[in-house]
Amino acid sequence: MDLGALFGSFDNFASFTVGGLVFGAIYALIALGYTMVYGVLQLINFAHSEVFMFGTFAVAWIFVLLHGTSDVSWSLGKALPILLVAFVAAMIVSALVALLLERVAYRPLIQKNAPKLIALISAIGASFALSEAMGLRDRFAGWFGLDHKLSNYVSPGAARDVYSNPVSIQPHKLFEIGGYAVSDVDIVIIVAALLMMFALDQFVRRTRFGRGIRAVAQDPESASLMGVNSTRVVQVTFLIGGLMAGAAATLYMMKIGSTRQNAGFILGVKAFTAAVMGGIGNLRGALLGGLLLGIMENWGAAVFGSEWRDVVAFVLLVLILLVRPSGLLGEALGKARA
Amino acid sequence: MTSFRSALAPIGNGWNEITDWFGRQPRAVRILAGAVVVLFFYSLPLLRPPLLTTNQIDFGGVMFQVAAFALVALGLNIVIGYAGLLDLGYVGFYATGAYTTGVLTSHHGSWPFFLALPVAIVVTMITGVILGAPTLRVRGDYLAIVTLGFGEIIRICVKNIEWLGASAGIKDIPHPNSIGPAPKPPFDPGGLFEIPRVVWNGVVPSLDREHPTHFLIFGATDATPYYWLLLTALILVVIGDRLVKASKVGRAWEATREDEDAAELMGVHTFKYKLMAFALGAGIGGLSGSFYASGQGGYISPDSFPLLLSMLFVAAVIVGGSGNRWGAMAGGALVAYLPERFREFADYRLLVFGLALTTLAVFRPEGLLPPRRTRRAKAVLAEIDALEEGDVEEEGTHV
Amino acid sequence: MSEVQQTQPATRKSLLEVDDVTIRFGGLTALDSVSFDIREGEILGLIGPNGAGKTTCFNVMTGVYQATSGQVRLDGEPIAKMKRHQITKLGMARTFQNIRLFKTMTVLENVMVGADVHSKVGFFDALFRTPRHRRTEGASLVRAKELLRIVGVTAGYDELAANLSYGDQRRLEIARAMATGPKLLCLDEPAAGFNPAEKRRLMELIRRVRDEGYTVLLIEHDMRLVMGVTDRIVVLEFGRKIAEGTPEEIQNNPAVIAAYLGVEEDEDAS
Repeated sequence: MDLGALFGSFDNFASFTVGGLVFGAIYALIALGYTMVYGVLQLINFAHSEVFMFGTFAVAWIFVLLHGTSDVSWSLGKALPILLVAFVAAMIVSALVALLLERVAYRPLIQKNAPKLIALISAIGASFALSEAMGLRDRFAGWFGLDHKLSNYVSPGAARDVYSNPVSIQPHKLFEIGGYAVSDVDIVIIVAALLMMFALDQFVRRTRFGRGIRAVAQDPESASLMGVNSTRVVQVTFLIGGLMAGAAATLYMMKIGSTRQNAGFILGVKAFTAAVMGGIGNLRGALLGGLLLGIMENWGAAVFGSEWRDVVAFVLLVLILLVRPSGLLGEALGKARA
Repeated sequence: MTSFRSALAPIGNGWNEITDWFGRQPRAVRILAGAVVVLFFYSLPLLRPPLLTTNQIDFGGVMFQVAAFALVALGLNIVIGYAGLLDLGYVGFYATGAYTTGVLTSHHGSWPFFLALPVAIVVTMITGVILGAPTLRVRGDYLAIVTLGFGEIIRICVKNIEWLGASAGIKDIPHPNSIGPAPKPPFDPGGLFEIPRVVWNGVVPSLDREHPTHFLIFGATDATPYYWLLLTALILVVIGDRLVKASKVGRAWEATREDEDAAELMGVHTFKYKLMAFALGAGIGGLSGSFYASGQGGYISPDSFPLLLSMLFVAAVIVGGSGNRWGAMAGGALVAYLPERFREFADYRLLVFGLALTTLAVFRPEGLLPPRRTRRAKAVLAEIDALEEGDVEEEGTHV
Repeated sequence: MSEVQQTQPATRKSLLEVDDVTIRFGGLTALDSVSFDIREGEILGLIGPNGAGKTTCFNVMTGVYQATSGQVRLDGEPIAKMKRHQITKLGMARTFQNIRLFKTMTVLENVMVGADVHSKVGFFDALFRTPRHRRTEGASLVRAKELLRIVGVTAGYDELAANLSYGDQRRLEIARAMATGPKLLCLDEPAAGFNPAEKRRLMELIRRVRDEGYTVLLIEHDMRLVMGVTDRIVVLEFGRKIAEGTPEEIQNNPAVIAAYLGVEEDEDAS
């Protein structure tokens, strides 16, 4: 098949590829949360999308707090100081939400050894509740008469609408690949995502705690007999997933600039798709799956039109599951080499 | 924690006692009691009992929605409750049924509803087989995500394909054929006869002859006839569900759900039965969707089928009691009814719904009306625990 | 004593042939060119020390694993290409070492799942309650109750499988497997966890099952039980067949004694 003809020109092909990589990096970071929890608990952490969503709001709030509400367009360099604060804040917020989720929606069920289906239902409920809590934040503030005092943050009357970061980050072209202007924002996103993944990979492979995670993933019973505190391990797993989702939220806000109470849903489904594609429970699989999904859906969007982007992603998932039911790198977290 | 559990326990036990009582009665009493219950449900939109009736004028319309959701939950219960397959994209089948009906009766044809209905069911079942044949071989939790994707694909497809009405949807879907003389507006409402409704002044009932329901006119003004039609379909499906469940097919489903490998080694062609459950569930979803499309409004659009609806359906089955057809139907009915009943809290309803779902999952994972088997097994386990430990812990091990 | 028992086993037709079967998992050879056959109407014991490959052998015979090389034939037909449920239909059924009943189904339903194997009724028969459905269902019900009586499950028909006593669960597994109408019934350590009295009753049951016309393959740790009930014994060690013969022959076989030396004590204790 002549790819050039399919995409109009090779230039377009390259530009769709690079554009896909940027989104793929974000998918990969979110996918980590799914894949780690799945590796340890064999549960689909359905509410992870809301962990991410809270992170995106944290980013926007930090900008409102430190900059104000006047809409401006800054270069990456100018926004960097606030961005770093936002990065840390998003990671903290997302991690807290993830820990709350673990404590409230999962731990009671894990302790009872409840069926997985029930844990999934619990997670679906928590996902609804978290998303709605964000959409109703103006009402909650109103109960304490704070809705006008905090109006920059809770958007009275429009809490469900799009909430934008007042500072939009102006990408600065660094160089061109096949007609695609690769910007500093793109590079930062891809590099930051890769660095985070690398650090996490090293953490799981090399540290004592990483060994604990792998042990629980492999065989919870033996691990607890060997003195691994599995509750602790589960907690840390959620914490790490939350941190990564917070990082992803920052990168997402750099690129997109706005969020809303249901922004996590479709992104979460995509990230889960990425995790499954790469081989769920496998950290490197999450990276591979994320990048691949980002690229493939961008190509699909180029060929069929952008409204078919999500369809391409899901069809891809089904095809990969049919050919390789255990994902591309089917090796699980527990079996990762030490 | 424990108190919440024990507060909910009477629901299951009470239901148990009712069914036990029912089982002990002579055949004549059972038929009579069944008939009374059925009659009560048929007349509900006319009786309009206080407290139960929603604030809106259109109680018939609400009951239609309630019956539609009960039907959907019944179908999904076959997939989740009997065969143990988690389908998160059930709304896709609901939409397939609705769109097939819309396309055949209005958008690209002018079929009568009752001809389009069986076609819609068959098309939906085929869709179920096409989706199920490749995916039912993959692991259970993957199935969940694949079906989730499927639900979204269907929505995106109808939104973007001009032939299916795109985002404008399909309008003017014809209603089912009326029985009796056709209405001649503005003065002759048609129909064989009129049935008055009841109005309540506090607890004092009186007849309201101003707003009668015309038997049997499927028009734009009164939703009650649609409710009756749907209720009839629901009753037929319940009977079918009962017959199939208490047979080789039902046993094969349960065995597959309990232990797929063991079932296979006992000669159960598990894949065939999983596919059958999937297709049947799909067909019932399609049936419900078909009724929805040709209902009072006669209008469907991609926005009628958000993925959220899938989550609601699954929640309905689990909350009601997965594996128990009455529980699942009650769950479906509640999911449709509660938001209408408590409209004043409309803004908070999804929040409350989410919290309720998590709370139920954590404290009463078996649902409001769990299948008898679970309750019985739990009772025994609890007894053993009590004997062994001297006191009952909040929850024994799960089976 | 039935007629069947008095015929010499060697003269009978072989029902299942394990023909030069080898299985490798990665670099590990779990079974190494194992050949033996099971003849109609006999009780064959398959024994060996822990890790000898009994379970692997059992799994390849029941179609759970695929042989790396060699063949398993049931009634002359190779089972390698068959689906597991087809093998059951062809006439082989098994019980599980770690009991795997359908826990939330009743005692009677468990057995009926087995009996359903040969029922031709389908969805529409069930939906319309055809005469065929009534006939088949009735026959399955009668058969299931009879089997429960034969194996001696004491609990009521409507009791949930999960609520049965340990012994009843093991017996229910045997009834469920028998309900599939197998030519060959494979019992995977049916005496595990039994006390001596229960083991005695199990031996009687296995003989009774054979007298009903079934051929039985027995995998068992307990030597006394195996020696007491089987007609012939195959001994595995390290994936190889080291002996085959009547219980007396096996008891006096030096290779077998060597293999079990010092091991037997542990086995009995566990």
